[in-house]
Amino acid sequence: MDLSYFANVDWAEIWLATVDTMIMLGGSLFFTVLLGLPLGVLLFLCGPRQLFEQKGVYALLSLVVNILRSLPFIILLIVMIPITVLITGTSLGVAGAIPPLVVGATPFFARLVETALREVDRGIIEATQSMGATTRQIITNALLPEARPGIFAAITVTAITLVSYTAMAGVVGAGGLGDLAIRFGYQRFQTDVMIVTVVLLLILVQVLQSVGDKLVVHFSRK
Amino acid sequence: MIEFQQVHKTYRVAGKDIPALHPTSLRVEDGQVFGLIGHSGAGKSTLLRLINRLEAPSGGKIIVDGEDVTAFDANHLRRFRQQVGMIFQHFNLLASKTVADNVALPLILAGELSRKAIDQRVNELLARVGLSEHAKKYPAQLSGGQKQRVGIARALSTQPKILLCDEATSALDPQTTASVLQLLAEINRELKLTIVLITHEMDVIRRVCDQVAVMDAGHIVEQGTVAEVFLHPKHPTTKRFVQEDEQVDENEQRDDFAHVPGRIVRLTFQGDATYAPLLGTVARETGVDYSILAGRIDRIKDTPYGQLTLAITGGDMEAAFTCFKAADVHMEVLR
Repeated sequence: MDLSYFANVDWAEIWLATVDTMIMLGGSLFFTVLLGLPLGVLLFLCGPRQLFEQKGVYALLSLVVNILRSLPFIILLIVMIPITVLITGTSLGVAGAIPPLVVGATPFFARLVETALREVDRGIIEATQSMGATTRQIITNALLPEARPGIFAAITVTAITLVSYTAMAGVVGAGGLGDLAIRFGYQRFQTDVMIVTVVLLLILVQVLQSVGDKLVVHFSRK
Repeated sequence: MIEFQQVHKTYRVAGKDIPALHPTSLRVEDGQVFGLIGHSGAGKSTLLRLINRLEAPSGGKIIVDGEDVTAFDANHLRRFRQQVGMIFQHFNLLASKTVADNVALPLILAGELSRKAIDQRVNELLARVGLSEHAKKYPAQLSGGQKQRVGIARALSTQPKILLCDEATSALDPQTTASVLQLLAEINRELKLTIVLITHEMDVIRRVCDQVAVMDAGHIVEQGTVAEVFLHPKHPTTKRFVQEDEQVDENEQRDDFAHVPGRIVRLTFQGDATYAPLLGTVARETGVDYSILAGRIDRIKDTPYGQLTLAITGGDMEAAFTCFKAADVHMEVLR
């Protein structure tokens, strides 16, 4: 390939940005699932006509989730700065980007988990109850295994959303492919840099989607 | 023994109290197959779920083996439920688990056996329901009848004393229904298990049940042994179920009867009487002629029965009636 078409592209820089994106994605996805899964289960359990129906708790959780989801991520990134410093000691770089990414993605993921759990046939819950299961057992032995395809689909969608969020993390100097695209491709009119970063992001999203789809099919057992 | 003492259940829907079960008393003896028949909304599903308290009663007492189920705390209720198996119309198997893991689930939840003991028990159960070679498959790879067999194996895994069947054969074709019912009868016989089943098909009752209760609009309207209720139905709802099973249309039957002369009687034979050559004997001795308008010879569980509708003409009709009454048959004069 004749690289002279990409005169402005600093491949070492691209590599560093790719690594930054992967770290931000991996780190934020990990914490999003860690926090979002229990939150999703809680939303489900407290929801209407469910095991722990709690109208007040559900309304409150719902409100918080909806507020966080309706906040544009770029605003969240800035609003979160003091909290981010409290957690990571810095508001800058990859470490400074992960807390707002997690806070931005967790409510979204929790809602998807809630929906996936609602898709589980009520008969399954009834059958497990009739065996004398505790609520904890119903969740771990029946609901979560049955909702696994839906939860993997939710993780996939969340990961892809996180990829687009990381593009904004440049605001706090987090770097990454999206940041590169904005600073060089957009602000300096280096179209070649833009193309390379966009292609890389596209590949990343494609890989995430197809791996996710494979997991969903694998666990569907149908 | 399962005993209902004035048990009732009311649902609150949109601020209104909807009674699902009016105060009901009921007794199911140990080792019995007890059938509850009714149309959808008759309250049979509610009644069944009250036994293992999937539904909480609004009032009354439910005594199982001397203990009041309605008084159990959460812990006690869980232990009690492990002693009551349940199977469902739509099987309710976990799609994410293999056949073997589905059957093992109640044992894993109970947490009393080692993994090795569980595996051994699962193998025994799968052998009993004839699914040993499907242990590693997922439910989606099985037919409806096979799925219900998995459901039965799963329900039996904790060696319960009671098995509740919620329309267990309603989603199955007639042939598969027959084989699943046969399996239930076998289990009842060999394991001395008390079975309570609900259905909307009289045929299911006839094949496996000892006792039957007919439900309509939240009430038990008729109850007794299957032979009694099936052969001599009294309540209109019961009559409808029996007619559905025999595929008799009342209007057609009335038309048919209009064309024949003489008296019309219905004779019901049970047990050994089914095989006695009664009609010929009576005709010879009393000089009456008979023609068969309708007839059915079948079995109630293991007992053969016959039911014939006859038109009788000529001869000494009263003597014939006396002979029928003297013999071991039940006679009903229809006209």
